[in-house]
Amino acid sequence: MTTFLWVIFPYMCLTTFVVGHYWRYHYDKFGWTTRSSQLYEDRLLRIGSPLFHFGMLGVVGGHLIGLVLPQGWTDAIGLSRHTYHVIALAAGIPAGVAAVVGLLILIYRRRMTGPVFSATTTNDKAMYAVLGAVIILGIWNTVAGSLLQFGGEYNYRDGVSPYFRSIFAFGPKPALMVGAPLGFQLHALLAFLLFAMWPFTRLVHVFSAPVGYLTRPYIVYRSREPRAVRVMGTRAPQRGWERVG
Amino acid sequence: MRIMAQLAMVMNLDKCIGCHTCSVTCKQAWTNRAGTEYVWFNNVETRPGLGYPRGYEDQEEWKGGWVRTATGRLKLRAGGRFSKLFSIFSNPKMPSLQDYYEPWTYDYDILLKAPAQKNFPVARPYSIISGKPMNVSWSANWDDDLGGSRTHAVKDPMLKGIEDKVTFEFEKTFMFYLPRICEHCLNPSCAASCPSGAIYKRTEDGIVLVDQDRCRGWRMCISGCPYKKVYFNHKTGKAEKCTFCYPRVEVGLPTVCAETCVGRLRYIGLVFYDADKVLEAASVEKDTDLYAAQRACFLDPDDLEVQQAARDAGIPQEWVRAAERSPVWKLISKYEVALPLHPEYRTMPMVWYIPPLSPVVDVIRDTGHDAEDAGNLFAAIDTLRIPVEYLANLFAAGDTGPVDTSLRRLAAMRSYMRERTIGREPGPAMAEAVGMSEEDLYEMFRLLAIAKYADRYVIPTAHAEQAHALEELATECALDGDGGVGMGGSGPVGEGSGPLTPVAIENLRVLKARAAETSDGELVGGGSKSGRVNLLTWDGKGIPQGMFPTERRDG
Repeated sequence: MTTFLWVIFPYMCLTTFVVGHYWRYHYDKFGWTTRSSQLYEDRLLRIGSPLFHFGMLGVVGGHLIGLVLPQGWTDAIGLSRHTYHVIALAAGIPAGVAAVVGLLILIYRRRMTGPVFSATTTNDKAMYAVLGAVIILGIWNTVAGSLLQFGGEYNYRDGVSPYFRSIFAFGPKPALMVGAPLGFQLHALLAFLLFAMWPFTRLVHVFSAPVGYLTRPYIVYRSREPRAVRVMGTRAPQRGWERVG
Repeated sequence: MRIMAQLAMVMNLDKCIGCHTCSVTCKQAWTNRAGTEYVWFNNVETRPGLGYPRGYEDQEEWKGGWVRTATGRLKLRAGGRFSKLFSIFSNPKMPSLQDYYEPWTYDYDILLKAPAQKNFPVARPYSIISGKPMNVSWSANWDDDLGGSRTHAVKDPMLKGIEDKVTFEFEKTFMFYLPRICEHCLNPSCAASCPSGAIYKRTEDGIVLVDQDRCRGWRMCISGCPYKKVYFNHKTGKAEKCTFCYPRVEVGLPTVCAETCVGRLRYIGLVFYDADKVLEAASVEKDTDLYAAQRACFLDPDDLEVQQAARDAGIPQEWVRAAERSPVWKLISKYEVALPLHPEYRTMPMVWYIPPLSPVVDVIRDTGHDAEDAGNLFAAIDTLRIPVEYLANLFAAGDTGPVDTSLRRLAAMRSYMRERTIGREPGPAMAEAVGMSEEDLYEMFRLLAIAKYADRYVIPTAHAEQAHALEELATECALDGDGGVGMGGSGPVGEGSGPLTPVAIENLRVLKARAAETSDGELVGGGSKSGRVNLLTWDGKGIPQGMFPTERRDG
C-alpha cells in the first residue's frame, strides 16, 4: 500500500500531468483559455479574483521554497530553523488567507450569479472541489501543525520535502511519508490528484502566464504564408503543395 | 522606407439611411453563434447618441487607445506592460454585458401552442444569458433615430463643450447615422494590449486578426480598443473581432457589410503606407495634427518611385495596379473628403468617413433658401457651428478645418452638378473656390454618385500560387480535418474545445445538420418529416431519395 500511495500513484499523476499537457496543447489550442466570466459579473470578481490569484502566487512560491530548498542550505547560511519557520509562517499565512478568502468569494459568486453558475461545467466543479480540499488541508496543516502544534511538532522539511525531491530525482523514498501526519499525507495525495486533473481543466491557463508580454514589441505583424517555421495555423503544409520559390 | 499595403474602407455618411442591413448581414455571416449573441462586428449608430457599447467614446472612463506622454512617447492609456499584467486577474475597465446589452429571445412556443382564446397570447422576452424572463431596457441601437434622445443623446461624449449649442427639441435636432466596423488600425492598441500576442496585423493587407489558437482570454484587448470593437465570446472564452471578411477579400469579393449595403456607400481599396513613419505620426504633439500626420504616412500610388519600392518590397504587380485605382486613396488624399474616425485615439484608424452634408442642407432648406446654391451652402457651413463642431469632434479631434474643407467640397460638387444638370455652364469658379479643378470635381461626383461595383471595390486577390496557404480556401480535402467532417459539437474538455474548424467546413456541417434536422421530427402542419427533402440544401445533383412520393405498389 505504501508503495502504491507514495510511488505508483504520484508517478501516475505526474505522468498524466506531463503527457496530458502535451496532448491538450496539440489537440486543443482553441480550448486553452482562462474561460473568464468577467463579462457576466464584475463586482465580486474584482475583489475575489485578485485576492485568490495573488494569494495563490504567494502560496506556490512558499511551496517552492519549502519543498525544493534543502534544509541543509538554509542551515548553511546560518538561518536557524526557528527563524525560518517564523519567516515562512509570516509570509505564508497572509497568502493562504488571501487565497481562501478569494476562493470563498469566487465560489459564492459562481453559485449565486445565475449566468456564472450556468457557465460552470461538471469539470469545473470537480476541479474546485479538489482544489478547495487541497487548500483547506494545507491551511489546516499550517495552522494546526505548525502554529498550534496539535499532536506534537512535525518538521515537514525533514519528511515531506526530501520525499518530494526524491520523486524528481527518480529515487522515491516512500518511507519518509509514512511518518508524516495524516493532514500532510492527505494534502499531498490530493495535490497529486489535482496534478493529474490539471491538463484537462481550465487550470491550464497557469502555463499561459504571459510573461513574454514584457519583452515583445507592441504590434505583432504576421504573414499569411506559412514560413519554414510554422507560425500560424495548426496544420502543416499538405503533401503536393510544396512552396515554389 | 518600409512600404506596406493596407486594405481600407471609406463610408459616405451622406448616403447612409440607417437601415442596418450591413449589421444584420454581418451578424448572419459571423456572429450568429452561441457566445456572440450580443456581438455586432458591424453596428450602425444614430448620432448624436450614445453608440454601442454605451458611451464608448468617453476615454476618460474607458481608457482605450494611446496617449502621448510628456516625453513624447506613446503609452497605452490603460497603463503600460507591468500594470497590464498586474491587473490581469480582473480587468478594471472591461465593459459589462449591461454596457453592451443583455441579449434576449422570445418564448415563441407560447404563440404556437396557445389554444383559441379571447385574449391574444403574448411571447415574453427571455434573457439568453440567464435563461430567465427579463425586461428589455437597452440594446445595440436602443436610441436609433434619436429615440429617447432627451435621455440618451444628451449624454453623447462628443457633445462635450458644445452642449449649449445643441438643442434637443425634436424639430430642431439634426442627426445622421454612423456605421462602424473594426478600424484595422495602423497602430492597433488592441494588439498592443494583448498579453499573449494573439492579435496580429497581416503584413500582406494590414487586416487585424485574433489568432484563436493563441488567445488565452485575458480580455485586455477589449478594454484596449478605444472603438470597443473587440468582443469577448463568453462561450469559448476568446476574443473575437471584425475580420474584414478576409475569406472574401482574399478572393476579391468585398466584405459582407459592403456587398449588402443598400445605399452603396462603402468603398474598399488599397492604401500604401510607410510603416516606419507610423509610430512617429501617432506621437505628434497636438491631437489636431494627427489627421495630417496620418495622411503623411500614406504613399502616392501614382508615384513611379513608390511603385518600384512596392515591387521591391514584394508587393505583387496586381496590387500596385489596384492601389493606383483605389477609390479609398482618391477619397482620402486626392479629393480630401474622407476623414478618420477619432484620430485623437492615436491608433491610426483605416476606416474613414465622408462627413454628411445633409444636416447643413436640411437647415438651409428649412429656412426657405436654395439649398443647392454653393454660396448659401458655404455660408451655412461657416455660420452653423453645429453640426460642424460636432463632426469635428468625431472626425478631426475637434479641429473644424478638415471637416470644413470636406463639406465645402461636397457642397461645391452639389452645386456644380446641379448647374450642369439643368444645362447652365457652371464655369471653373466653383471648383476653384474649394481648391479643385472642374475635372476633379466631376470625377469625384462620378465616384460618389454613380460608381459601379468594380469602381467602388478595388480588391486585388491574394495570389493564386498562394491559394493553398489562404486560411479559408478549402483547397484541401475537407475530410482531412481531425475526426473528419462528422466531427462537431463539444470536445471533451469543455465547450468549443478541440481543433479549430475552417469556416468552410463549419458551414458544411451546419448545412448537413439542417438537412438532417428536416429528415425526421414533425412538420409544422402535422405529419412526419421523414423522407422529405430540404430543397434549400439540395445541391441540384441527382434525385435524392424522398424528393418525389414513392409509387404505391398496391395501386
